[in-house]
Amino acid sequence: MTLERDDVEKIAHLARLAVAEEELEPLRGELAGILHLVEQMEELDTAGITPMAHPLEMAQRLRPDVVTEENRREAYQAVAPLVENGLYLVPKVIE
Amino acid sequence: MSDLHQKSLRELATGLAAGEFSSVELTEHFLERIRAHDRELNSFITVCDKEALLQAGAADERIQKGEAGPLTGIPLVHKDIFCTKGVKTSCGSFMLDNFVSPYDATVVERLAGAGMVMLGKANMDEFAMGSSNETSHYGPVKNPWDTERVPGGSSGGSAAAVAARLAPAATGTDTGGSIRQPAAFCGITGLKPTYGRVSRWGMIAFASSLDQAGPMARSAEDCALLLSAMAGFDEKDSTSAERPVDDYLAALEQPLGGLKVGVVKEFFEEGLDSGMAASMEQAMEELKRLGAELVEVSLPHSKYSVAAYYVVAPAECSSNLARFDGVRFGHRCKDPKDLEDLYKRSRSEGFGAEVKRRIMIGTYALSAGYYDAYYLKAQQVRQVIADDFRKAFEQADLLLGPASPETAFRLGEKSSDPVSMYLSDIYTIAVNLAGLPALSMPAPRVGGLPAGLQLIGNYFDEARLLNAAHQLQRATDWHLQTPEGY
Repeated sequence: MTLERDDVEKIAHLARLAVAEEELEPLRGELAGILHLVEQMEELDTAGITPMAHPLEMAQRLRPDVVTEENRREAYQAVAPLVENGLYLVPKVIE
Repeated sequence: MSDLHQKSLRELATGLAAGEFSSVELTEHFLERIRAHDRELNSFITVCDKEALLQAGAADERIQKGEAGPLTGIPLVHKDIFCTKGVKTSCGSFMLDNFVSPYDATVVERLAGAGMVMLGKANMDEFAMGSSNETSHYGPVKNPWDTERVPGGSSGGSAAAVAARLAPAATGTDTGGSIRQPAAFCGITGLKPTYGRVSRWGMIAFASSLDQAGPMARSAEDCALLLSAMAGFDEKDSTSAERPVDDYLAALEQPLGGLKVGVVKEFFEEGLDSGMAASMEQAMEELKRLGAELVEVSLPHSKYSVAAYYVVAPAECSSNLARFDGVRFGHRCKDPKDLEDLYKRSRSEGFGAEVKRRIMIGTYALSAGYYDAYYLKAQQVRQVIADDFRKAFEQADLLLGPASPETAFRLGEKSSDPVSMYLSDIYTIAVNLAGLPALSMPAPRVGGLPAGLQLIGNYFDEARLLNAAHQLQRATDWHLQTPEGY
């Protein structure tokens, strides 16, 4: 599979990363090299094999539906870049 | 100058209990060594002088009251991936350069509860993505055996600090070899437990189905003491294993007569350095002398482990690192013109090159139309690799091989070629894909540099792993060698 510059731009947008024009080509080469490594998997016939999502065959635990966490808004917002009156501030999204 | 830094954890506990030295004196001794040597090694991102001495004072009170446990008053360094309340937790990234965690990771809480003293936070590859510690925002760590060489990664700061005796113990994390490969490169003992044995809560996530925390120290006995305090069920980690913790210390003394050790054929084929092979031979001879029986086993699909890993790990990393958006914590760009600009610039400025590459590979692998070809395929390959191990454990109690194909490489040697860097983890990655426990311990040095012997155990068989390593260390002195100048 070949990776084009357009693909790199599209992936960068999906990942919300800004990539400068001059970085596109070197990045394309590096990503293509990694994908080439990954494509070794194709040698292996895996038809009918159950994908392994978790090393231990265990079911997700359930817990009673009760409040276990106390409100720690102040502590958590103390590390935020910009807050006001308990709200996180971002650039205006609705005109 | 006192030799406190050459003592095992058990010797330190005995000395503290007998009043030969206090925890404050012990802590000052290590802080002094950090001041003397770490300018050169760069193994710490943060040194916690004041906090450490306060914790040491509290530990001394516990010892005087007779309330001490086997780790009370003993200093350690935490990899900077573990959240530490009130202390900067950077994960080796500019993204979190300004992040002071509002809570402690479960591992940090448990070791502090046992009375251990935190000397500081260890340098690491950015977000644990790297095999040489060169991706850290805080600069590379130097290997104390040869400061022109890398300490390995991603837990390179932890490994270098223990090897240079700047800390008697450290924590690390291992997603693809990040405890075992630096332990091998620096000549220390490091254990990656079974997936789910140690809580992941408060450990900054990289690849959630692979990440596992473990101890790094000089010996298997020290690792057994640390793991006893770290392991166990944690309801805050949804994949934490709900089963009792074995008595690792009691198991150490078991003789090795009758132990069946499977030598992994594929780990001794092309690509293995000849000096490394000779070092492994010597370790195997010693195991035989101690009564172990060596049999050949095969992991025929382990050669696909690096390929599968570079789908699974980046895919999970791209999801996990989506949380860094410049809104709730971490770096935020200046004067964003709109929300998209805020996300994109904050992330691009905050993350380094390797992290961005992996996020992009993962984003690609998970994007519409590619999921089956990449992620699903990788999960199937993962199953095939786990089946190889299952069959191997029908023939042997433990498996054996080198932890890395060669000794520590030079700084800069692989940093411009991501794929050659990835291939340096060829012997460690399969273990993470299968979720098994494994350790690396010093074997005879090769050309003056440390070599790591890797032992792999069956699920939750950490006790047997530590037992075999301890018996080998009782009979040899490979783990006691210290780099010159430290």
